[in-house]
Amino acid sequence: MGNGRETEVMRALQEVKDPEIPAVSILELGMVNQATVTGHHVRVEVTPTFVGCPALDWIHGQIVEHLKKIPGIEEVEVVFVIDPPWTSDRITLEGRRKLESFGIAPPPKTEDPDPLNTVPRCPYCGADQGEVKNLFGPTACRSIYYCKHCRQPFEGMKAV
Amino acid sequence: MQVKHAEQAQTNPRYKAAVRDLLLQLADDELCIGHRDSEWLGLAPDIEEDVAFSSIAQDEVGHAAFYLNLLRDLDGEDPDAAAFFRKSRDRRNAVLAERLNGDWAETIVRRYFYDVFDEIRTEALRESSYVPLARGVAKIRREERYHLMHFQLWFTRLSAAGGEARERMNRAVEGLWPEVKGCFSLGGWERQLVASAVISLDSNEMERRWLNRMKPVFAQAGLQWPGPLPMVNQDGRCGAHSSHLEELLQTMGEVVRQDPAARW
Ligand SMILES: [Zn+2]
Repeated sequence: MGNGRETEVMRALQEVKDPEIPAVSILELGMVNQATVTGHHVRVEVTPTFVGCPALDWIHGQIVEHLKKIPGIEEVEVVFVIDPPWTSDRITLEGRRKLESFGIAPPPKTEDPDPLNTVPRCPYCGADQGEVKNLFGPTACRSIYYCKHCRQPFEGMKAV
Repeated sequence: MQVKHAEQAQTNPRYKAAVRDLLLQLADDELCIGHRDSEWLGLAPDIEEDVAFSSIAQDEVGHAAFYLNLLRDLDGEDPDAAAFFRKSRDRRNAVLAERLNGDWAETIVRRYFYDVFDEIRTEALRESSYVPLARGVAKIRREERYHLMHFQLWFTRLSAAGGEARERMNRAVEGLWPEVKGCFSLGGWERQLVASAVISLDSNEMERRWLNRMKPVFAQAGLQWPGPLPMVNQDGRCGAHSSHLEELLQTMGEVVRQDPAARW
């Protein structure tokens, strides 16, 4: 088992992207709890961003596909767990940066008490004077905001 | 006492039966209400609500699937079969959750009533002796918080608007009030559920908390307080349901019944 193998696993997991936000990997989203290599077997523990996330089967398939490319890996086991629960605070700094450059505002910190009055910086122009347009967005993990400075709607990740 | 996993619950038949019943209550509530939410798709009053209702419906059906997966771990029941093919007398949802949406006011009132109840119930499950349930609920509450916020906003805004909006809100409250008490019922296994700390509140205490939370919201929204909650005619937690559930199950299972073996 050895560290080299585990580094390779991490590198492969970095290639597994969120199907809705292909700029960001599941590692950067903080969805991977751990990956353990034992001989030819690797076990990956993944925590879904939302309980009802419809992309889990797809992500499962992608993990298997990418990890099987590693020489010596024959069996890939993917387990979805919700303990500890995923929270938006688990998104890495790199993940937050990539989200913003993709045009999706990274989530406010979950300690912020009131999502109805917490508006992230506009990912297009960087202005702060936005408003909440809709707590709910095109996917479970996103809200919709409106930037009063550049006058366009933008999406942001929910603080969950 | 802590029951860490399904295998441990299986060693105690009464405990297992009680947990099974509660899981059905949770799953069936979320499945029914999620299905009703989905019925607004394309019909909601504005595009924002269309998006909101599809997102919320997806969350709720996801939660139902989570509870049904716990049920599978517990006694091997197939989640899809449990969702689609169970008879209405085997369903454990509150009648409030199965009712037709009605107009927009009725939709909002039912949703808000249900979400405040669900908040109280999931709070009472956070320290559940059935650990897999407590863990799931911790995650689910983070999502439900958004639903509650959303419907509280609608509830107070429509009421505060006065005019026809408030009239309809009062009418909706009046129409739904007779079904509210049915939410708090814990069905035939209540004593076992409370005694073995699967849930930390009994039905009376959940009702008391719900009323205490609701009263100031009514006052603030300028709605008439309808008085104490009447006894329900049908206790959904014991399998007694209205014809609305039959209709809902027909519609929900329409596609899957055409070819139950199809893979999606
Ligand atoms: Zn802007």
